[in-house]
Parts: sequence; C-alpha cells; structure tokens
Amino acid sequence: MSSDYEISDDDENYYVDDEDMIDGTQDDDEDDIDMDTFGDDFKVASKSKRKSYEIDYESLSQTAVEELMQSDVDHICGIFGVEASTAALLLRHMSWNKERLIEKYMDNPTKVLVAAGITVEEPLSPPAPIRSHCSSASASSRRPTRSASKLLGLASGSKSPKSPSFASPPLKATRPPKSAPFVCPICYDESPDLRPLALDCEHPFCSGCWIAYASSKINDEAEHTIRCMAETCALVAPDAFIRDLLVPEPGAPAGDPAEEAANAATWARFQELLVRHFVASNPNLKYCPYPSCTNTVSCPAAASKASLITTVPIVSCGARGIGGAAQMSQSQQLSIGLAGKEHKFCFGCSIESDHRPVVCGAAKMWLKKCEDDSETANWIKSNTKECPQCMSTIEKNGGCNHMTCKKCKNDFCWVCMGPWVEHGTAWYSCNRYDEKGGVEARDAQSKSRASLERYLHYYNRWANHEQSAKLSVELYAKTEKKMEDMQITSALTWIEVQFMKKAVEEVEKCRMTLKWTYAMAYYLAKGNEKELFEDNQRDLEKAVEDLSELLESPIEAENIPTLRQKVTDKTVYVQKRNEIMLEDTATGFLEGRWKWNAAIEGFDVPEKTEY
Amino acid sequence: MASISVRRLSKELTEIKSEGCPVGITLVKADDFSTWWFTIEVMGESLYQGEKYTLQFRFDSSYPISSPAVQFVVTDGHTSPIHPHVYSNGHICASILGNEWSPVLSVVAVCVTLQSMLASCKKKERPADNDRYVRSAPENPKKTRFHYDGKALSPIPHQYWI
Ligand SMILES: [Zn+2]
Ligand SMILES: [Zn+2]
Ligand SMILES: [Zn+2]
Ligand SMILES: [Zn+2]
Ligand SMILES: [Zn+2]
Ligand SMILES: [Zn+2]
Repeated sequence: MSSDYEISDDDENYYVDDEDMIDGTQDDDEDDIDMDTFGDDFKVASKSKRKSYEIDYESLSQTAVEELMQSDVDHICGIFGVEASTAALLLRHMSWNKERLIEKYMDNPTKVLVAAGITVEEPLSPPAPIRSHCSSASASSRRPTRSASKLLGLASGSKSPKSPSFASPPLKATRPPKSAPFVCPICYDESPDLRPLALDCEHPFCSGCWIAYASSKINDEAEHTIRCMAETCALVAPDAFIRDLLVPEPGAPAGDPAEEAANAATWARFQELLVRHFVASNPNLKYCPYPSCTNTVSCPAAASKASLITTVPIVSCGARGIGGAAQMSQSQQLSIGLAGKEHKFCFGCSIESDHRPVVCGAAKMWLKKCEDDSETANWIKSNTKECPQCMSTIEKNGGCNHMTCKKCKNDFCWVCMGPWVEHGTAWYSCNRYDEKGGVEARDAQSKSRASLERYLHYYNRWANHEQSAKLSVELYAKTEKKMEDMQITSALTWIEVQFMKKAVEEVEKCRMTLKWTYAMAYYLAKGNEKELFEDNQRDLEKAVEDLSELLESPIEAENIPTLRQKVTDKTVYVQKRNEIMLEDTATGFLEGRWKWNAAIEGFDVPEKTEY
Repeated sequence: MASISVRRLSKELTEIKSEGCPVGITLVKADDFSTWWFTIEVMGESLYQGEKYTLQFRFDSSYPISSPAVQFVVTDGHTSPIHPHVYSNGHICASILGNEWSPVLSVVAVCVTLQSMLASCKKKERPADNDRYVRSAPENPKKTRFHYDGKALSPIPHQYWI
C-alpha cells in the first residue's frame, strides 16, 4: 500500500475498518505496524503483505547498488585471482553476466582479457595459475590505495603495478629514454612539467588531454568505457586511472577551483554511468526515470515478459520531488506536477507513471494509438465548448464535469454533453460506448467513421480525466491559499484545514485510474466481463465526480464543519471505489478473465477482432 | 581549453605548409581556426577519375578531443561524390568521423582516409536512405548518429540522455 493511506488523525478509524472489510485476512499486529509506519511509504510498500494490484519490490540507493556490484567484483577476484579493477572491466565487458564470463574466461583467458581491453593483443605467455584467493585485493578494491593505482608515469619510469598479476611477464622495453623530451601527440604541448600518462599499452598523452577526453566521453556521450586515445588501440582505462585523472590526490596542491569542481562532477557522473550500466544489465533492476534521481528499484517478480500479462508492476523508488532543487523552482515543479510527488513508474515498460489497472501491453498500444491519431483528437483537449442548448461558449476551469451555462442555466455534462440530471441514474451511463452505430455500418466509409467515433469516445474520456486532474490541482492551489488565510482568521487548526488537500490528492489519483480504465475498455472484448468492468468504472467515476463537485463548492468559515464531514465521507468512499476497481481488474488478470478485441503483446491473439 | 584546439591546428597548418599535402589533396583555404577547405582527387584508376571535390572541416574548441565536422561542399556549383556513404547534402557516413575518432588523427589523416574511401568504391550510388535522410538532416553532420554500415539513424540531439 502506498501514499493513499497517508491519513490525518480523524480518518484513522475509517481507514482501519475500511481495510479490514476489503482485506479481511490480515492479522492485527501487522495493522499496528502499518499505523506506526505509514509515513514511510517505501517500507510499507515493500512489505510482503500486499494487495492484488501491488507488487513486491525494493528500493536501492546508488550506494546499495554499488555494493551489489562490488560483491560481483569480489566474487570474480576470488575465482580468477585478478585485481578488482580487472574484474570490474571483465564484468562490464560481459554485461555483468558472471556465468558467461566464468565460462569464457576458463576457456581462454587471454582472448577475454584482450576483448575486454585489459591487455594488449600480443603473444603473451600463458597466465599464471589461479591464485587461491585474493582477500587483499578485495579489501582494498573499494578504493585502491594510491600506490596501487599509480598511473604509469613516463617521467617516473616505473612500471604500473596495476596490470593483472598474471600478465606481468616483462613488458617490452618500448619506453623512450628518459632524456627525450615529451611532446603530447594531441595538443603538441612540450612544457617540461607536463604529466605524461599511459595505459599498459604505453601510448602516452598529457594529463590535460586525458581529462578533456574522458570528460567529453562521460559527459557528452554518456560513455563509461574510456579507451586509449591512440588510433585503433583498444585498451580500456581502469576506474582507478579515471579517478586519478579527475580526483586530486589528497594533499596535492590546490588547482583551479572551477576545474576541480567540474572534474569532481565528471567523476560522479562516471560512477553513475557504471551503476546505470549494471542496472541495465540486470533484468531484476530498473533505474528510476525521474530527473536527477539516482535510485534503483529491484523487482524480480516483474523481471520476465511473461509476468506482464498478470501484473502491472508499478513501483516507487522511495524518493520524492526532484533532486537538486536548485535546478527547478517549486512553482516549476508544481506546474509539471512533480512537487513532492513520489517517484512512481512502471517496472515493466517505459511509461513513467502509474498506469494501473491496465497491463503494459495494452497501455503502450493505447499510447501509440493516441500518438498516431493525435491530429484527429486534438480539438478535444480544448478548454472551451458550446452550450448544447444556447450555443454560448462555456469555459472549463475546474476538474468538475458538471457544467452550468451562465446564460441559459442549462446543466450538462462536459464529457458527453448530455443532460446532467440523468447522470447517476441507473439507466444512464456516460462511460459506456453505444456500440450500435458500429453494427449498422455497412460500407467502408461508415465503418471507418464508426471506428473513429468509437475511438473518440474513449479518447475523449481519457483526455478529460487527465485534464480534470490537472485543473483540480490548479484550482486547489487557490483554495489552499484561502484556507490558510481562514486558519489565521478563525478558530480552525492546521489539521482541520487539511481535509481538502487529502481529497484533492485522492481525486487526482482516482482520475488517473479512471483515465487508464478507458484505455483498457477500448481494447476489452464485448461481453459480460466488460460490462462488469464498466460497472466498476461507472461507480468510481460517479464517486469521483461527486467529490470533485464538492471540492469546488464555495468555502466560508461557517460551512467548514459540514463541508469537512461531507468531504471526508466522500473521500473514504472514493478510496473504496478505487480500491475495488484496481483489485477486481488485477484479480481478473491473475485469473485470465479479461478478453481483448485486439492483439495485445503477450496475450493470445483474439479469435475475432470485432468490438 | 580552447587554446588546445588553436595550438593543435596551428601546428597542423605549419606542417601542411612546410611539408605539403599528400598527392591529390590540396589546401584551399585556412584563414582561421574554425573552417578549412581542401580539394580531393582520387589518383590512378578509379570511378572518380578526373573528378575533384571540396571538403569542408569545421572545428570547435573541443577539437581534437572530439572530431571535426567534415562534409563535402555542395553549394556554389560544388557537388558531393556519388558514393554509398556520401549523402547528396555532402554529409559523410564514416566511422572515423564518429565513434572511431581518435584525437591523434589529423585533418590530413581524415582527408587521406576519405580519399581512399572513394578510391575503393565499386559502384557509384547514393546511400539507400539518401532522400529520407537529406529531408530531415541537421545542418551539422556531427548531430547525426550514423550506423556505420552506411545507414543514418534519425538525427538526434548531441546530448545523449539515458
Ligand atoms: Zn596533451
Ligand atoms: Zn593505447
Ligand atoms: Zn527516484
Ligand atoms: Zn507498464
Ligand atoms: Zn446555455
Ligand atoms: Zn456525461
């Protein structure tokens, strides 16, 4: 469970009852724990007890992922008897597939070492026998000592002790005599204090050129494999080499502060790229897609394609808002809807938001369809329509769909333009598409018109929930100001004015559910199951519209107690309807109950693709 | 850091002026350190016998750490050679101008490589996706990420966000 249960004082009892009713199997101890920790979304979400529309996952910080990487590195060190930097390059070369690496390496270590850019391609004597263990290497591998990672400095004349221990047969003495002045072959600098650096291939370049090159690869190309700059040389710079370029040695004379800051940022970016590569190589992991967030989510339950036909793996990385607040002001964050928001995303597909209840395959197909048909449907997004009775222009400025024409007082529904009084009666359903037009259509032209009309029915409602959610949040921003003022002028406490905030959040959340139910309904095959789905959809929609309307009622200090009671009751009811919608749809996927009218990725192709 | 590109280019220019260019390659103009023009001809037997093309190099301060922007000039009566890796707008799909660029390569080395690319050509034809690419190509060929089998990927911003 997640933030929807972030509740303020007085709802607590409602909530417990409510949940017991829906999910009667839980034990009381766990409930207590829930109440104690409900502020910590992540802990709650990762507990084993969960609803059918939730999935088990774990959030990992960059440091935690680095620890996972390190344990793989240590493992390989232990087996091959190589240094940590070599093990890391080998693992990256094999996309962190340890089994394959071990197999290939055991078969022909030289070949793997050359392919990974660790040793130069030349006839080497066979590798030394595998060492029994390398505890010393793994102990120092997090941050090898400076001496262990000392760059091959031509000036120093010492051979890099960093080369793999087994590749230590004497290197060919290709080094020029000390007396020859060094001229960097890239920048043609020849000043005597130049610091020539080379990998084991002994192609020397000055440190300035190395830094510029590594920075360009890392920052401009998001590349973590930094090869030697010499033409056709395939040697890869080990991490310690990169670090020594970018991070000044402790006690080293201070350089240009701006340059040092830029190098430090590049080094951080390099480490992030390594983590991203590791995460991308592991199907159990996914990097948080939110800007400047560096968390990772582990969700083995959704690692396989096959799991995506029974679950919608919506996860949250554990962070909120946008990291590095300096980059974006609060109002900017608010305008793109990110202020303080949980980083929710789908583990199974590239949709960066909660697309429950619909499965990834259908969600992606729907988005694709919307993109392809964007021109046709563009007019729908307009904020103005004509009153169906007097034709005067009506502007929608809130989330509520109940429109009242200022001129003729006509009450109508913004979505279907039908009379509002009929909404909520059992025989009227704004959400259902009347299929009879499709049956009557005989010729190709009227068939295509019918299919467009059908699409627009769903798209219209889809787009409207999106827009309404946005409008209610905007409208609430004004209300909130008013309520805070009232808190000052009246006897209300801060807690007492929070009920609106919670209700707006709930409305926004349920509109997202509703939005995606229209994508799902578009692809659901006609039949009893679809009707039941649409019943749930209608009930949730009705509840949300009622609450939405209540939220737009005028607020005065006197009416607050009654309004508060009404809003609180409705909010609880809306929560319950949303729960039912999500639960039933998720259970339907587990049972294989939903039948499609189109070929959805991962599912059997329907026999007849009739709506 | 801008001084690196200037120092490097002045060094290359000095070398070109003192030692000259390889046969078939002529420096046309190098008035500054941002744009140079060369002509290239393929010597000996080839499909391009008797033809002369103009190559444009554009440098920014990141040269030679990153590659120069190189293309055939196609304005003012110049044309690009008909070659499976050369688009009609003058853009060239060659790995050394992209992911195989090495900072030790020089302007002359690029000219020589392109000269031999033409020399080894078996059939004069445009890349298969020429029309599509030219329609949407960015002005600067460095903004295109090429597949080095001769096909251009759609132009992408030069910053890669992963
Ligand atoms: Zn240099
Ligand atoms: Zn090298
Ligand atoms: Zn995040
Ligand atoms: Zn998904
Ligand atoms: Zn009216
Ligand atoms: Zn309606």
